[in-house]
Amino acid sequence: MASELMRPTLLAAPVEPMLPRMFRVEKRVKETADTFTLTLMPERTGEFSFQPGQFNMLTAFGVGEVPISISGDPVRPLPLIHTVRAVGAVTKAICRLKRGDALGVRGPFGTGWPVKEAAGNDIFIIAGGLGLAPLRPALYEVLNNRAAYGGVEIIYGARTAQDMLYLQEQQQWRGRFDLKVHVTVDVGGPGWRGNVGVVTNIIPRARFDPYHTSALICGPGVMMRFVVQDLLKRGVKAENIFISMERAMKCGIGFCGHCQLGPVFICKEGPVFSYARLKEWFEKREI
Amino acid sequence: MESLEQLLSEHPFLQGLAPRHLSRLARCAEVKQFAADQFLFREGEEIKEFFLVRYGQVAMEIYTARRGPIMVQTRQEGDILGWLGVTPPVQWNIDARAMVITRTIALKTDCLLRVCEEDHELGYELLKRFVSRMAHHFKSLKLQLLDIRHGV
Repeated sequence: MASELMRPTLLAAPVEPMLPRMFRVEKRVKETADTFTLTLMPERTGEFSFQPGQFNMLTAFGVGEVPISISGDPVRPLPLIHTVRAVGAVTKAICRLKRGDALGVRGPFGTGWPVKEAAGNDIFIIAGGLGLAPLRPALYEVLNNRAAYGGVEIIYGARTAQDMLYLQEQQQWRGRFDLKVHVTVDVGGPGWRGNVGVVTNIIPRARFDPYHTSALICGPGVMMRFVVQDLLKRGVKAENIFISMERAMKCGIGFCGHCQLGPVFICKEGPVFSYARLKEWFEKREI
Repeated sequence: MESLEQLLSEHPFLQGLAPRHLSRLARCAEVKQFAADQFLFREGEEIKEFFLVRYGQVAMEIYTARRGPIMVQTRQEGDILGWLGVTPPVQWNIDARAMVITRTIALKTDCLLRVCEEDHELGYELLKRFVSRMAHHFKSLKLQLLDIRHGV
């Protein structure tokens, strides 16, 4: 039941949070020029479960460790799915891994999107670029329990059509009668038949009841700021707007302080926050 | 069949406008449909009409010699095209091409300006709506520019 006390789902950290488990790459799919989706299986059998929005620390042995959101279906937590963009030394090393290669996994860590708590509400998902990856598990969960929600709409924006994730799956989503998908790009190349412009252009066209809507947002910081402003203007309550924050997460358990933002540790109390909770710090320039 | 006043009142840009104002605007209005790939207007042409998009999708394109037309924005149902024409004489600085069958209401710019001069209350009401759309438009452009240039 939706309520004003909706909070990102808090979860217990893994039993041995600092000890990576060995996983092996089962499949590697090239999503865009620099982004890959890895399917990972644990070396040893064991339990693994996660909530949509949580992240793992992935280790490229001999290179380093990075926080990456889980982008698979929480109902089928294994094999583990991660979508990774090759931007730094560690992510480049992870994206170079081939089938059978090993990597370390610590997690899952952090808070999840409050999908179960949003039952009864309309669900409005707004993703920019790679931000679709941490939102995909939330969408899976909504679609797995579709009858529990009102209208469900997604707005997905990318720089170009070539930068879009999960193209085949997007087509499946578009084919559903119970899901409205809007896609937009900043630059429309030859043959592009969709929207050109930013995600905020689509918000006025989206149909949702602002009093009974949970908005889940993930993307570049500026995009999230603009989207939040527009949602507030349409009457969505600050406590029903959820954002996923990105910071330099290191330990994953609120121990090292690398990801501190004002009074919170993003890795432990986030990465998902209600806007009402983080409002003061979300727009602070000095930190 | 719906009257022009009815069609005008249904468009988000004119929603809530007084019936007498809608009647005045209807005198400047004409329903226009464009086939897929047909141009609503092209760069360099004089702006003679202001469009309310009722259905479809319009690509806003800038032609470049090296890369051909570059689609910089799209407009859909509920959008407007041509606020540049409120300070005539002005030429279009962009091409507008219907991507699919597109239905519009075209308001003749000279007639629109004349009506606004005659009825300042209507003129001021429209001006407020133009400014609001322009503000939204520029805000979107800033975000788009940031994303394209800096990938933020």
